[in-house]
Amino acid sequence: MSNSTTTIKPHFDLAKRAASYRVVHPEDPAPAPTLRVHPDSARDLIYACGLTKSYRRHKTSVPVLKGVDFAAERGKITAIIGQSGSGKSTLLHLLGTLDRPDSGEIHFAGQRIDSLPVRQRDRFRNEQLGMIFQFYHLLPELTVLENVLAPAMISKGVFSYWRNLRPIQASAKKWIDLVGLGHRMNHRPCELSGGEMQRTAIARALINDPSILLADEPTGNLDQETGASILRLLQSLNRDHGLTIVMVTHDESVAQSCDSIVRLTGGKVERLPTLGIAANSGTN
Amino acid sequence: MYKLLLCLRYLRTRWIALASIVSVTLGVATLIVVNSVMDGFTIQMQERMHGILSDLVLETRSTMGIAQPQWYEERIRARLGDTVEGVTTIVTLPAMLTFQHNGNSHTQQINLIGIDQKTYASVSDFSKYLLHPENRQQLSFLLKDTGYAPEREQLQPAGWEYRKPMARYRKATVDVLREQAEREQQRYQELQQKIKEQNLEDGTDTPSPAADSGLESIMAGPSMKLENKAQIKPFDAEVEQRTGIVLGIGIGSVRGRDIDNQVQDFFFLRPGDDVQVTFPNAGTPPRGIDESFTIVDFYESKMSEYDSTFAFVPIEKLQHSRGMINPQTGIGAVTSIQIKLKKGMDLNAARDALRDEFPPSHELVEVRSWRDTQGPLLAAVQMETTILNILLFMIIAVAGFGILATFFMIVVEKTRDIGVLKSLGASSRGIATIFLGYGVLLGSVGSGVGLICGLLFVWKINDIAKIIEWITGREVFDPTVYYFDSIPTMIQPFMLVWVTLGSIAIAILASVLPSIRAARMHPVEALRYE
Repeated sequence: MSNSTTTIKPHFDLAKRAASYRVVHPEDPAPAPTLRVHPDSARDLIYACGLTKSYRRHKTSVPVLKGVDFAAERGKITAIIGQSGSGKSTLLHLLGTLDRPDSGEIHFAGQRIDSLPVRQRDRFRNEQLGMIFQFYHLLPELTVLENVLAPAMISKGVFSYWRNLRPIQASAKKWIDLVGLGHRMNHRPCELSGGEMQRTAIARALINDPSILLADEPTGNLDQETGASILRLLQSLNRDHGLTIVMVTHDESVAQSCDSIVRLTGGKVERLPTLGIAANSGTN
Repeated sequence: MYKLLLCLRYLRTRWIALASIVSVTLGVATLIVVNSVMDGFTIQMQERMHGILSDLVLETRSTMGIAQPQWYEERIRARLGDTVEGVTTIVTLPAMLTFQHNGNSHTQQINLIGIDQKTYASVSDFSKYLLHPENRQQLSFLLKDTGYAPEREQLQPAGWEYRKPMARYRKATVDVLREQAEREQQRYQELQQKIKEQNLEDGTDTPSPAADSGLESIMAGPSMKLENKAQIKPFDAEVEQRTGIVLGIGIGSVRGRDIDNQVQDFFFLRPGDDVQVTFPNAGTPPRGIDESFTIVDFYESKMSEYDSTFAFVPIEKLQHSRGMINPQTGIGAVTSIQIKLKKGMDLNAARDALRDEFPPSHELVEVRSWRDTQGPLLAAVQMETTILNILLFMIIAVAGFGILATFFMIVVEKTRDIGVLKSLGASSRGIATIFLGYGVLLGSVGSGVGLICGLLFVWKINDIAKIIEWITGREVFDPTVYYFDSIPTMIQPFMLVWVTLGSIAIAILASVLPSIRAARMHPVEALRYE
């Protein structure tokens, strides 16, 4: 008996969330049918189609993504926006090959990546991808410099690392300087402020010169001003280094500054023109 | 590279894990200390057991013994070739030792061993254990003037220095008795004279029968004996000695505590005392022969079994008394032949060769090595060591489970970091390597520290024992029980290596499961973990 109550609960929650969404935004039209993306590997660095993903909880599967199409253009900043539980983080994890979709395909630079063997996906994450998180996720035992060096260490064995120590360290210092933490090189994460930690995380994401940066609510845990400075940093990276950025956020104003926006609602995607959000931004 | 860095960083920052490794440290230290002490005991015991035993012994159970020892000796030398260092012949007998102490007679069972004083030293370390320094150089069965282990106050005086005054005192006692007896006799004769005179006066010539037979014979007793002794030139203990005998120190002394609670040996026999030994002769059926010997020295092999039963006398004396000398050839029979091999020679191989040379079915002799003689005891010690090792390794295994639990905790604590590393592209194998490497590091540090602690403990074990004695007020090693003035230790490098490697292996085994768990962690769930 108790089993059945626990299995019902998630459905109930989802229903309630959907209801509350409608209450808060009564002027919203009913969810539009998902737009089919017509992927163009020359234009889109990463694209996905028909992604579904559900999580198993207590023998019941909770669908999170219900057929999502997504594309991020080269050299652009794409925002994924949606309410909590809408599946935006899950989508980002799928794009980052941290998880596999139940169905659907993900392509990176024209190559399918979701079906790659584990080893190759590990390498892909290490070499092509940079990831930053809401809670920074720095390794507490390591200094700023060592945290930034971590991906380089992962990609290289002990010997090749020591052989290339100078260039690697030089590039780490370059990135740390770029994010403005040159004076904090040998500090532990616990000695840094939130903004500094996020900057460290950005430097760490960039050390292996990835072509895409996935950011999971990078400003979510920061105050307005610091968040804005992080955002400016990301924009300058996009502008100066041509870095493709996919950013999950629930802050409409952050999303507004991006080149394109993908809105997730109840596990489905709804592509809106950037300006179309402006009307709703005040309510958030 | 990140694996190495993180291992080292975790080692430096996770003190809880170091605490869990303390059990490994203690286990390793204990194993090393116990093994060293056990080895020390075993080696010392073996040395002592072997001390007065020769490597190999060829023995007969026949009462008459081996009649042609020369022939056997030649065959032994021919068979074993130049591996033989020395050969000697001995006569061993069960015997009974009787001595007087405080006017009482005491009897004790001993093993009487007749040795050739010139060659016996070539087969055993016997002479090393003698008390008199000159005897240690070359054993002689003549009593020395003095100088028996001057450091032993309880033993002084000993030798002629002791025997002469004792003999004089005994003689003086006898003189007093004799004077007394002579006076009595004189009085008696005077009395007789008076009675005779009185009878003559009375006219009754016949003396009373009682006075004639009973009293006279009683009173005449001492004088008769004294006259007999005077005729055969009495043994003068003040200047003469009997045949020498060397006794085990346990026969002539007891170890105990004096009034100040100091451990002391109390000697009730000393070099210079005479003892009586009763042993069977070589006849059929054997009869007991009683001989007097003078103690000329003690030996202390510190093996209480030997020290309290073995008594050594010159072989010729035994052969002569027992009638073992062939009247025609003049060759004395022996009961066993002892052989010492050169250093490093294979004891068992030599024994088997001799068994082959003298097969038990054909000859009346039995060949044994000293290990065979003490086999059960050596096996018992070996067994004890093995069981102790197993038990102590179980303790380390318990420590292993402690590490297992701690590691699981650390893996849970590091869940988010594992997720981060995976998101940065670290492989599952890499993650497992971090924790396995951490286990190796902790195991190495733990057993390394344990190794050092154990060695320090062994090195200073006697000081530590003293401190424990001082704190508890009880003696750790009671010298009245053990013949050790200090705890013997022996460190075997091989033992150190396998104890260390074994405990590192246990630490690694304990970290395998947590490592697998860490490696299997799903990156998304790990990242979400709060």
